[in-house]
Amino acid sequence: MQKRKKWLWFALFTMPVFLIFLSVVVVPFLLGIYYSFFDWDGLSLNAKIFVGFQNYVDTFSDKKFWAASLNTIIFTMLSVLLINILGFAFANFVTGKLRARNLSRAMLFMPYLIGGLILGYIWKFIFEDGLSALGEATGLTNIFFDWVNSPDMALYALIIVATWQMAGYIMIIYITGIQSIPEEFLEAARVDGAGYWQTMFKVKMPLLMPSFTVCLFMTLANCFKMYDINLSLTGGGPASASELVAMNIYNEIFSKSNFGYGQAKAILFFFVIAAVTMMQVYMTKKREVTL
Amino acid sequence: MKKARGGILGAILILFSIIWLSPLYIVLVNSFKSRSEMYANVLALPEQLTWTYYTEAFAKMNFGTSFLNSLLLTLASIFLIVVLSSMAAWMLARTGGKLSYILFGVFIATMLIPFQTIMMPLMQVMSWIGKNTIFQMLNSRGGLIYMYIGFGASMAIFLYHGFVKTIPISIEEAATIDGGNKWNIFWRIVFPILKPTTVTVIILDVIWIWNDYLLPSLTLTSRDLRTIPLSTAKFFGQYQNEWNMAMAALAMTIIPVVLLYIFAQKYIIKGVAAGSVKG
Repeated sequence: MQKRKKWLWFALFTMPVFLIFLSVVVVPFLLGIYYSFFDWDGLSLNAKIFVGFQNYVDTFSDKKFWAASLNTIIFTMLSVLLINILGFAFANFVTGKLRARNLSRAMLFMPYLIGGLILGYIWKFIFEDGLSALGEATGLTNIFFDWVNSPDMALYALIIVATWQMAGYIMIIYITGIQSIPEEFLEAARVDGAGYWQTMFKVKMPLLMPSFTVCLFMTLANCFKMYDINLSLTGGGPASASELVAMNIYNEIFSKSNFGYGQAKAILFFFVIAAVTMMQVYMTKKREVTL
Repeated sequence: MKKARGGILGAILILFSIIWLSPLYIVLVNSFKSRSEMYANVLALPEQLTWTYYTEAFAKMNFGTSFLNSLLLTLASIFLIVVLSSMAAWMLARTGGKLSYILFGVFIATMLIPFQTIMMPLMQVMSWIGKNTIFQMLNSRGGLIYMYIGFGASMAIFLYHGFVKTIPISIEEAATIDGGNKWNIFWRIVFPILKPTTVTVIILDVIWIWNDYLLPSLTLTSRDLRTIPLSTAKFFGQYQNEWNMAMAALAMTIIPVVLLYIFAQKYIIKGVAAGSVKG
């Protein structure tokens, strides 16, 4: 009796959210693996034809998918690097004794609150009209021109917008890390005659490894999955020059109606993200120092 | 001397922050300009404040309805995420045994799954539910809220679970001896203690749900149900090159966010920091 009552309480508290979660995340995930072995156009009346691993094999010869993958790798690597360098630098500037630090911090963080879709549209205007106007005004038309509609530069336009969105967010995480460094450590370094950069590299940065772990994880995962900015800023164009994997998957499924094939890409996408982020967390965690 | 140097550095920092936000300035000033005025100088202040582009964009975006839809969807989803996740997380943290362990493990293990991996089968499941039960999941607010609970649960449970572990159990035990049942113990005693985590969850989820585009774009088809990101995307699809009206539309979507930020800045930054440390 007592045991049954305990179980009822347990079920009452955990089952509502667990059942919703099962139907929204777990079942679709498993069903997604199942769909990836079929050739199907998405219409429930039409037959699903079992093709085994053929969908996965086909991805190897899919040039557009490879181009999108390469774009995603370049985009992710450069964005992660830029976001973290800027975020870390900002964090160091705004944790000093300057009176302006709180206002600066608030301003630098603000872009993160505006959704990627809206940000993309804002920057589309800046790249399309603002940048070309700037080029004409300064005469530097080989630097300042419409990046969004240039096959060579569209991807870099994405990187700039993603950096603008996330640098302030990553700054907040680094600030939390910097503020948790015990003042004695910095004081001791100062007494021992360490300069600014020595303190930075020998004391601050090793102690901040947990922050690096979190920040790299967040930026890696977010950049890999980038879709909104891609959609609104470049639409993947010109001529899919800036198409990222998330958009490639979306188009394969919902525009071309290759549900089975697109789903196989989606499953691969999951495994790559899981592998890369887990490897990164493992590698940076190893370098964390315990006090 | 030192003070003067600090003043200069501070001024540089503020100046840099202003430049950092210049894209927002560009949106704002150009939302008042005519086409020719805009191309004459993108950076200049408008000659006069004309609201025509705002009224035009407001009507074409169906802004009022979209705003209310976004608001309703965000509030309802977050309310349910907080209620259901905090209850589950507390129970999972306070009950030993394999089942708790497995359930918690399932919530956490799936956090790495990108939305794109499950979006298509999710739509199949939701349309199946719609056909086989009385619940309309696609193209309905209720269905979308249901999905937001599913997607928001993992992180909320993770954050609550971590916090519950730090609360001494003795408080709850004392209440049990006094004869309180679990429901009352949770809502009267535990939930108020969880407040810092509740604030974090609310802030992270507001940023996420308010700005989310892909999920609502897949589920909502009626014009009357569109959220702000959806109507913005539709608007840009139609009025690509009418930049002055587009700037007014963008300004309208940004202003509520900025206002909220000005009032709740301290909480927002704290909440984001707390969420990341535990994540």
